[in-house]
Amino acid sequence: MSRGQFVARRLIQMVPVLIGITVIVFALIQAIPGDPATTMLGLQARPEAVAALNRELGLDRPLWEQYARYLGDVATLDLGESLKFKVAVASLLQTRLAVSLFLIAYATALTILIALPLGIAAALRKDGPFDQIVRALLMVTMVMPGFWVGILLLIVFSIRLGLFPVSGYGQGFGGHLYHLFLPALTIALSLSPILVRSLRGSILEAMGSDYVKTARAKGLRERAVVLAHVLRNALIPAVTLLGLSVGYLMGGTVIIENVFSLPGAGKLLVESIGARDYPVVQSTTLVFAALVILVNLATDLVYSFLDPRVRLG
Amino acid sequence: MATDLSSATATTGTSASADASAVVAAPLADATLRGAAAVRRPGLIRWRERNLIIGGTLIALIALVALFAPVIAPYGAQETDYAARLVPPGGDHLLGTDNLGRDILSRIIHGSRIDLRVGIVSVIFPLVLGVVLGSLAGYYGGLVDTFVMRLVDIVQAFPFLILIIAIVAVLGPGLRNMYVAVALVAWVSYARLLRGEILVAKHREYVEAARAMGARDVRVVGRHILPNVISSALVFAMADVILYIVLAASLSYLGLGERPPAPEWGAMITEGRTFLATAWWISAFPGLAIVLTGIAFSIFGDGLADALRPNRR
Repeated sequence: MSRGQFVARRLIQMVPVLIGITVIVFALIQAIPGDPATTMLGLQARPEAVAALNRELGLDRPLWEQYARYLGDVATLDLGESLKFKVAVASLLQTRLAVSLFLIAYATALTILIALPLGIAAALRKDGPFDQIVRALLMVTMVMPGFWVGILLLIVFSIRLGLFPVSGYGQGFGGHLYHLFLPALTIALSLSPILVRSLRGSILEAMGSDYVKTARAKGLRERAVVLAHVLRNALIPAVTLLGLSVGYLMGGTVIIENVFSLPGAGKLLVESIGARDYPVVQSTTLVFAALVILVNLATDLVYSFLDPRVRLG
Repeated sequence: MATDLSSATATTGTSASADASAVVAAPLADATLRGAAAVRRPGLIRWRERNLIIGGTLIALIALVALFAPVIAPYGAQETDYAARLVPPGGDHLLGTDNLGRDILSRIIHGSRIDLRVGIVSVIFPLVLGVVLGSLAGYYGGLVDTFVMRLVDIVQAFPFLILIIAIVAVLGPGLRNMYVAVALVAWVSYARLLRGEILVAKHREYVEAARAMGARDVRVVGRHILPNVISSALVFAMADVILYIVLAASLSYLGLGERPPAPEWGAMITEGRTFLATAWWISAFPGLAIVLTGIAFSIFGDGLADALRPNRR
């Protein structure tokens, strides 16, 4: 199978999942207890207003017709209108997503900066004191609630030491980097343990493999063995793991954006829940899921380039 | 906490020494506790058993605290003392007091009842649902398998936390709706795991034998296959307990879980948010309680994973 066919097949495989996602997101609105329009507008709403909203959202139509209409809207990127902001959800999400995606990319970069050296060092000194300390630390950071870590970092670095801003997104690239440092670090601290463990495991596995024994047997220095043979192979699973972590990262951003008051899609989601702005809740969930699918697809493709052994099937 | 990652988290959470894929990959079919004991060197408590003992003791201690909370706690959970507001840690109030003069230590002790229950109750529904659906898919294959696995794909496309948040948002805040959301979302990782195990186990001789003796499907799966393959799912469940405690705390933080004045640890952290600059202890200590509980379950999970996999190393 050629790479083109491989890509085509993966794209076709995505279709049922994409449709399934729209069904679930569609069902979310249906699952609102009682009459959705009344819930959204509040109990004091005038009956005419409720009827009008029902008509506007198409909630007075048969279920299958509602879904067909929803699917059509989604296919044309019409995500409806926010009840609170009175603007198209798509445009609302666009600006908010930029913040979230910046934060996710930043957190991923920090995760790599933290996890790569730790994972390599721990694996090279397996069962030594350094390895033990790293593993014990990771056990702790792994179970720390993200919002709690965020709050502690805020207390120490923003409030006590005044090194970082308490909230906000900042201006320009440098401003973003500065303002988002603590939020990104918070997320990176929770993702790093997973990556370090994976790296340590795959490095140890590579160290015990025949090609490494061969490399050593032919007299390569240890440094060359590690760099040219061990790492090249051990990094591939780490790349995959990072790709698969994007959903986890998105969950993290939702929480952390709220801790640091960042104007991202996650904060929008929580605000919309408070305001019963269900079209926004619905579309934010849909867009996050769609992004996860895209990143997973990209991960698969990158993986097939990185590892020539992957049969494109 | 994407579902794909929830499984990764669960796995890594259970085995400090193993990489994310090891538990999934290792066929646990005939690995039992007895198997681990059989290879035991006499006169030496092995590391894996030490983990099991240390973790188990810690969990038992936490459970005892929860059980005897009213006896152990020096003050009541809602007992206010306006003469002793925002008292720093030390003296009569070991961990300080909050803005209403409530003793933080006592509230944490009382809160252990909520958080421990949340962790354990949350894990039961997805475990049962996942085991049943995963067994059906793995044992019968064909259309059932296709249907269940497509459903798994669709649910896993959503970021775990975001789908949970969306469902709770629609159903309304509170722990009960969190249980519903977790059951609807988290079953997928158990189903995927069980399906894989059963695909391997169903061609084993003991299964063929049971079938040859005329046992019906329910009996073959329930009496012969499940006892042999369930252990890996239980290891996952053990690691997921802390995942759900953190989840419940995070939902409280977002205003979707347990509400103040309940002494739920996450709600306590949230309450302290207003006093970050002056009284850090209100938010810091409840988070520490989560971390300690998490460490206990992680160590125990590690021990359990190692004990159930005697051939490692």
